[in-house]
Amino acid sequence: LSAVVFFEVEILDAKTKDKLCFLDKVRSHFSSNCLHYPQWYPARQSIRLDPKGKSLKDEDVLQHLPVGTTATFYFRDLGAQISWVTVFLTEYTGPLVIYLMFYFRVPFIYAPKYDFTTSKHWVVHLACMCHSFHYVKRLLETLFVHRFSHGTMPLRNIFKNCTYYWGFAAWMAYYINHPLYTPPIYGEQQIRLALIIFLFCQIGNFSIHVALRNLRPPGSKTRKIPYPTKNPFTWIFLLVSCPNYTYELGSWLGFTLMTQCLPVAFFTLVGFIQMTVWAKGKHRSYLKEFRDYPPLRSPILPFIL
Amino acid sequence: MSAAAPGTSKAAHSEVGPKKKKGPGALATAYLVIYNVVMTAGWLVIAVGLVRAYLARGSYHGLYYSIEKPLKFFQTGAILEILHCAVGIVPSSVVLTGFQVMSRVFLTWAVTHSVREVQSEDSVLLFVTAWTITEIIRYSFYTFSLLNHLPYLIKWARYTFFIVLYPMGVTGELLTIYAALPYVQKTGLYSVTLPNKYNFSFDYYTFLILVMISYIPLFPQLYFHMIRQRKKVLGHIEDYSKVE
Repeated sequence: LSAVVFFEVEILDAKTKDKLCFLDKVRSHFSSNCLHYPQWYPARQSIRLDPKGKSLKDEDVLQHLPVGTTATFYFRDLGAQISWVTVFLTEYTGPLVIYLMFYFRVPFIYAPKYDFTTSKHWVVHLACMCHSFHYVKRLLETLFVHRFSHGTMPLRNIFKNCTYYWGFAAWMAYYINHPLYTPPIYGEQQIRLALIIFLFCQIGNFSIHVALRNLRPPGSKTRKIPYPTKNPFTWIFLLVSCPNYTYELGSWLGFTLMTQCLPVAFFTLVGFIQMTVWAKGKHRSYLKEFRDYPPLRSPILPFIL
Repeated sequence: MSAAAPGTSKAAHSEVGPKKKKGPGALATAYLVIYNVVMTAGWLVIAVGLVRAYLARGSYHGLYYSIEKPLKFFQTGAILEILHCAVGIVPSSVVLTGFQVMSRVFLTWAVTHSVREVQSEDSVLLFVTAWTITEIIRYSFYTFSLLNHLPYLIKWARYTFFIVLYPMGVTGELLTIYAALPYVQKTGLYSVTLPNKYNFSFDYYTFLILVMISYIPLFPQLYFHMIRQRKKVLGHIEDYSKVE
């Protein structure tokens, strides 16, 4: 006969600290996903040990949490949520479609005499192929490659993200496909170099995404340290924590060089700033979680950043 | 763009709620006191300059020229406040402070200074007056708060005058930008056209129109934020002693 330990669980509102409910005779294998308020769907409910802390995961069970026999949980409504997959698909389809609209010079963008004409510069066709390829790649990766840790994000993010991606795509596409577009100063040399950089970084970025996917068995949310694999494009893991961002920066630098377009440079810069913030955060959490994290690595730029 | 700086910079300086555990160090406090005293003095100079010029000329017209230099100097000097937030000696948001200061600097340099024809407009006097009164109150508020001797009158003024000064300033600003539009369009000021080797264009005229439109969502938010702050700060009049 083994003794069964019962817990008492009280749930408080994380903001007001009001007592929301009290449960007694709770078994030790109770976890936060046993607990849901019916009026909100589970993804927007956050149960946590500390009002300002991180949410408990579905797998955390009472007997393994640092609580006494009376456990206090805090509840927070995260607001309307949307799945990461939905956000990614929406934010990436926009640029793909929008750029093509400018490329084909759909009416009301440029002067009417240019409607449905195409640019006379071959680099403009190349740029369209590269830009479209980039976003098709992203869409396919979202559907088939990425394994997301979190199911959802706040709903307002989709408006923010789409404004960013769609807005910049329109801004860049307007100039590149403009009847008065000026091709790169150094002509074919510049474009060829840019294309090589772009393709190299696209393959690199894809390689990293595949490597990261393979770290994680299907359906799991485990986190492991990524290491270089047989694929040479992953050897950058020796120097960098988030090489996917490094390659992404490289791709856009290539595209900037290819199009010699200031708005593209701005987009690259803003993206670089955001990715650096993300890379630093990721690097910090790697360091926190893994005692044996390789010390040579920088977050995004080898030795620099 | 606002006549009254919204209460976001209030945290270390207001008496709302529990005191901050650690404010700026002694050296930082001394520096901030000097900074705020200098700014108070500067805007007083502008105020006096306006009054003297009005009395001398007998009309409101063209008073901008009499205070043009100190206005540019002290309004531009406010950029330091962004630095104060970034360094941490003032507990306000860098982004919010940056936005407020840069919108003032934008109006001072990129509109009023750049478009000579608007300098004699009455709308300029409208926002300069609003800014001047607001800043004198705001900087003396900070000065006294840092010295822990804030007269209730100053606190009251800071959270009350904005009710009139803020809309007044916004009106002056919008009218000034509007007045600048035809000249910007005619001269192509600050504008870049295609074709050029950077494949970039910028139409300052359209940009100014967008700036004007942006007042529509932004002004009410900032205004009602101040109104809420006012309720919080002045609401408990009975609980507060007049002087710290």
